[in-house]
Amino acid sequence: MLKGGRSLERSVSLRSAAQVQDALARLGHEVIAVDAGTQLVPELLARAPDVAFLALHGREGEDGTLQGLLEAIGLPYTGSSPVACMRATDKLMAKLLMREAGIPTPAFHALREESIKQLDAGAALPRIEEDLGLPLVVKPARGGSALGVKFARTAQELPAALVGAFSYYDTVLLERYVRGRDLAVSVLGGSSATERARALPIVEAVPREEDFYDYESRYEIGMTTFVCPAQLPAQTTARAQELALETYELLGCHGVARIDLLLDSDGEQLWVLEANVVPGMTETSLLPQAADAAGISFDALVAEILASAFTR
Amino acid sequence: MKGSNRGGKDSRGTRQAAHELERYEALFATRTRGMKSSAMREMMALTERPDVISLAGGLPDTSTFSPELYAKLMARVAAESTARALQYGPTEGMAGTVRCIVEVMEEEGTLVDPESVIVTTGGQQVIDLVCKTLIDPGDVIVAEAPTYPGAVPTFSAYEAAVEQIEVDAEGMPIDALEQTLDRLAAQGRRPKFIYTIPNFQNPGGVTMSLARRRRLVEVARERELLVLEDNPYGLLRYEGEALPTLYSLDAQSSGGGGAADLVIYLGTFSKILSPGLRLGWAVAPRPVLEKLNLGKQGADLCSSPVTQMFVAAYFEERGAGGNPHWREYVQTLRGVYGARRDAMLAALGEHFGESARWTRPQGGLFIWATLDERIDTTDLLALARDSEGVAFVPGRAAYVDGRSGSSSMRLNFAGVPEDEIREGIRRIGSAMREQLTLLGSLSGSRAGTPASDAAARAGSSRAARKPGAAKGAEQGAAGGAQDAAEQLADVVALPRRERSPRERRRSDR
Repeated sequence: MLKGGRSLERSVSLRSAAQVQDALARLGHEVIAVDAGTQLVPELLARAPDVAFLALHGREGEDGTLQGLLEAIGLPYTGSSPVACMRATDKLMAKLLMREAGIPTPAFHALREESIKQLDAGAALPRIEEDLGLPLVVKPARGGSALGVKFARTAQELPAALVGAFSYYDTVLLERYVRGRDLAVSVLGGSSATERARALPIVEAVPREEDFYDYESRYEIGMTTFVCPAQLPAQTTARAQELALETYELLGCHGVARIDLLLDSDGEQLWVLEANVVPGMTETSLLPQAADAAGISFDALVAEILASAFTR
Repeated sequence: MKGSNRGGKDSRGTRQAAHELERYEALFATRTRGMKSSAMREMMALTERPDVISLAGGLPDTSTFSPELYAKLMARVAAESTARALQYGPTEGMAGTVRCIVEVMEEEGTLVDPESVIVTTGGQQVIDLVCKTLIDPGDVIVAEAPTYPGAVPTFSAYEAAVEQIEVDAEGMPIDALEQTLDRLAAQGRRPKFIYTIPNFQNPGGVTMSLARRRRLVEVARERELLVLEDNPYGLLRYEGEALPTLYSLDAQSSGGGGAADLVIYLGTFSKILSPGLRLGWAVAPRPVLEKLNLGKQGADLCSSPVTQMFVAAYFEERGAGGNPHWREYVQTLRGVYGARRDAMLAALGEHFGESARWTRPQGGLFIWATLDERIDTTDLLALARDSEGVAFVPGRAAYVDGRSGSSSMRLNFAGVPEDEIREGIRRIGSAMREQLTLLGSLSGSRAGTPASDAAARAGSSRAARKPGAAKGAEQGAAGGAQDAAEQLADVVALPRRERSPRERRRSDR
């Protein structure tokens, strides 16, 4: 059980891990919990577990670093491979791939901090605003929580929003703001060589506050209501699940992932926002709820994810 | 796969995480909606790493307390009163402890009747008990803006509606207070109490002037309003003259008996002795005291007699100079912290320069700095922590709405040695300059715009960013400030959002 780490999402990771740990124990496995710190590799080498269940969110846990390291020491692990992690975790990369593959995602441009200094990329802002309209969503290309996601309602607000987002990563996405409903499609797949990935029932996240579905409301009980399965026309549900599967396959995900989408307020258009390769497993997380709606117990969910470690 | 059978463990069967959520959520009291851990608090938890210089905590430097003395005192308690120390004590506190409290209050120039004192488990408990005693959901508390971040979750837990009044260089402007009181009165409302930290405020660093103290007491008496005076740092003064406590001013006005009618005084041993002891006190009018006592009984029965006896024993110690040890220790702390304050002020001058303003506290542990209003100090913290290795408290923590104060930060100078202070400020300055340079490039304007210019622009851009905040900078500067205070008023002049009670209640959840 790999958990914790030093990212801003450490505490969420610890909560995910606690749930999973209990489940693994119930399934009859011997669980060694390891907080990913400075002694990680020596500790893993010393203890020689059979498999690593990954519950590390944020930087090192989701971007392929850890996965690559585990491959280097020959330890099977759950979830996506290093390259799939890289593709998914870097939102810019993911969106470029989606756009290329014809998967709908809100229009966007990206800026690198360096290019602002070296190439005066800031001079491009007026054209970007024109192209994408206002308000704009500004977010770091890496960083899985909503800390760092900013709204610029006017052009004057854009520099501060960019600088805020650059605090978290050196590449920032400017994305057209789409008003709509938040849908999360969890995908399970690759648990055996022959079984294709499958999408679980859709969870809709409805924030209680009118404000943006932010870091706080995501993880605290009572701040967001979750509806699962989401109340959608059958056609929309099918289309959303299809898009999620396409995205999952495009990025090369394995084992489990959660694809976040938006249903445009026009009721028709679906947009893929991002893919999460280490989805949360806390009490308020979306994946366990989706599994439950599909009749998959938490323990069975954990078992299936665990099995994915051996079916690459 | 390795497996050891854990069959005996109680399985949740088919109950799933989502159902768990609903199961517990339905049970939680409404007031817990206000009790939320914040993203910022999570970030703060990550700042406690050895490679990060933390100017964030409100920690005094407990390494200054002698381990030998600690052992000696514990041994004394053991020799003289083990059975008593290990037994339950009276809710109001042990007589020996109360004597120490009276002694400390005397040092603050305030005479208190031992019968008016209740010993508590830290000063924090006083805030909790006062709210427990006085606050029904929706009741109004008037507080300073910014205010002690630790009070914010307590106020929220009791579902108070908090009105924050911007401070300037001399603390809470009383005319602004009166305007607020009048506005509330017009709505048929009055605050249950006014919460103030008059000396070297945490986090603002400012001290309420004598004139304002007198005026505050007058206003309280005119309108029959309770005041909660929170004074953890009164004795940690590094310059200037000590000012009388609100409690003593109220006692003078009340005439009979030397007890205050309307001021509840909150004191603590945390900063002058040790926070680990978890020992504080309240001095309150008798009827209020009785309710606090009942509330405390329900909370923890009594504060630890082990701790209380330790403190009593400590107060009997003589220091190297022949004076009571506790006084000499406070004297030592003044020296250490005063020097650290100076180091931080010098470092700020060197590294923050024209890009920010900051308060110059006459004592206490904190400096409050306000940067260019386009900088969000929560984001800056992420950058500073990761790329530079330094932490501070983002200003939002000091506001109940969690949104104001976004360009300010609280800096603790007491907790680390001077060289770390200098280096820490240098690191923050470096991160800040990086952001200002970037802002400059993106805005096409000069980098490092001084905060005062920024404040002037605050009206338009803040209005754009926060709908409903119609009166940005004008209200901000409405401190009724004299010339001397005006410049510093810019520092702590922060936008106040006009909010309806309903909106306020919603955001307090």
